[in-house]
Amino acid sequence: MKPYHYVLLFLLCVIAPFILPDYRTQLALLWVMIVLALSWDILGGQMGYNSFGNIIFFGVGMYACAVFQRDSGLSYYPALLIGMGLGGLFAMLTAALLGNALLGMRGHYFAIGTLGLGVAAGELAGGWDYIGAGSGMTTPLFPGELANRDVFFYFLFFAWALVGFLGLRWLYRGRFGLAINAIRDDEDKAESMGIHTTRYKVTAWIFSALFLGVIGGGAGNLIGFIDPKDVAFSGPTFGVWMILMAITGGKGRLWGPVVGAVVFHFTQELFWTLLLGWQRVALGLLIILIVLFFPEGILGWIAQRFPQRAAAKAQLDDKSKQAS
Amino acid sequence: MFDNFMILFDAPVFSVDLLINGMLIGAIFMLAAYGMALVWGVMDVINVAQGEYVMVGGYVTLVVVKLGLNPLLGIPIAALVLYLLGWLMYRTVVYRVVDKDVFTSLLATFGIAILLAQLTNQIFGADVRSIDTELGTWFFLDDMVTVAVIKVIAFALALFLGVVLWLFLKKSRTGQAIRATAQNARAARILGIDTHRIYAITYSLSAALCGAAGSLVVMAWSIHPYIGLPFTVRSFMVVIVAGLGNLPGVVLAGLGLGAAENFAGFILGTEFQIAFVFILMIVVLVWRNRSLRRKRKYLK
Repeated sequence: MKPYHYVLLFLLCVIAPFILPDYRTQLALLWVMIVLALSWDILGGQMGYNSFGNIIFFGVGMYACAVFQRDSGLSYYPALLIGMGLGGLFAMLTAALLGNALLGMRGHYFAIGTLGLGVAAGELAGGWDYIGAGSGMTTPLFPGELANRDVFFYFLFFAWALVGFLGLRWLYRGRFGLAINAIRDDEDKAESMGIHTTRYKVTAWIFSALFLGVIGGGAGNLIGFIDPKDVAFSGPTFGVWMILMAITGGKGRLWGPVVGAVVFHFTQELFWTLLLGWQRVALGLLIILIVLFFPEGILGWIAQRFPQRAAAKAQLDDKSKQAS
Repeated sequence: MFDNFMILFDAPVFSVDLLINGMLIGAIFMLAAYGMALVWGVMDVINVAQGEYVMVGGYVTLVVVKLGLNPLLGIPIAALVLYLLGWLMYRTVVYRVVDKDVFTSLLATFGIAILLAQLTNQIFGADVRSIDTELGTWFFLDDMVTVAVIKVIAFALALFLGVVLWLFLKKSRTGQAIRATAQNARAARILGIDTHRIYAITYSLSAALCGAAGSLVVMAWSIHPYIGLPFTVRSFMVVIVAGLGNLPGVVLAGLGLGAAENFAGFILGTEFQIAFVFILMIVVLVWRNRSLRRKRKYLK
């Protein structure tokens, strides 16, 4: 893509809520999805650690933000923004605390361990009275007009997704990206070459947690009601979606999760309502089909189908890496 | 929480009750874990759908009872139906991921798990179900210890099935072929074993074991469409505590887990029982990894 493509894309994103006023909530949710997929791909795609429990950071952020909004006594906007920041902070702390222990495992053990983590968090939140236990929490009402609410959240999430995307782009291009790619390719070799693998792994997880925690705080407010198992620590929905979106788009590629999230979210919105309660059955089927027949994802498929263009792009990337 | 803890000291007999009932349930965990260890050892696949097979086995038994048959007849029927379901899943999904990387097989079986859980939810609804076998209850020690007869039967049957499977693996030709494939699939293929057939049998056998376990669960306990994941995690935990291929270890770990869970459910309250299972698994994993780290090894 040439530079003006990016400008066009950016403009399209800015005017999207105004040309599609009926779909504002869905468009705002699209940015949440993009952040979810991007943040999963840090570990799953770039570092080769397939986490099934990253949803925990989403939920931690959501609850931290909602509790701050409930108890701080500040007015809506400062409470929301500080709350989202706190959400990110708590998520990062969680990642830092758990990272050292969990990231020492690999393969099956890491995957099942994180899977258990996500479910355990949901079960604990469902029994803790301070955060509403099983009956959940409601977030404060938006003070302005209802029509402005979705536009506000759209641009809030858009900004955070942009920060996430550009931040990751910068990270992947530098030493950090090389290090975590080395861990994915061969962790033992990476370690013997002098990379502090544990430090990089925990850092990567903390980044992932930061993006998820902040967007979780916002998403709780967009949805308006936080249920411990169905919204905050919702393994069968957001938790699986983020993996599925990253794979659909092409994991281990910067644009992969973005493309995957857009495709997944639009198909979901178009066809999901037709399924009348069978959505989650379809989700299970979709996971199986994608894993079996389309594991390389959309961008991976394009790279195989048009190897020249992909190779040319790889060379360009190398050149820009050398230049920087 | 602490009140319940103190009850255990005030009435020590009560902890005997918890221990016995927990261990009786633990035999069922052992059965499901045995199935997982089989698939893991032979195919190097962690079957995340393990618990869902337990759950489906329970619902098969419910249907059997609805048809007016004896609930105990549900055990062989559930095992048979689950054997066929396992075969179907192997032939459609699992055989494509057997020699792929860890993540692919995990995610594919995770897909199966979600599919089965949601399908059951659509067909049977999300209610908690159980079957009353009307076999009565035994009372011991001044009626302080109550043991439902069906739990004892479930315990005995679970141990019996475990022994039968062990003998099958040791003595029969197919069992020997399964063990040969587990040791070295390539060598087994060279020596004329159809490894894909062996994989299919292993996977279906594991599903059948889970089906029988599920049938016992619905009689001795209760089921609903979302109990699958806790059962998968329990099986996984039992296998990692015992180690692959360590049969006495699986029995002990299964019984121990059942007892521990029953105590935790009593002390912390039943709403935290599932959370306890998952947290215990993470603790076990971390602890195992810690002890390996000193030898410069890690769980993989």
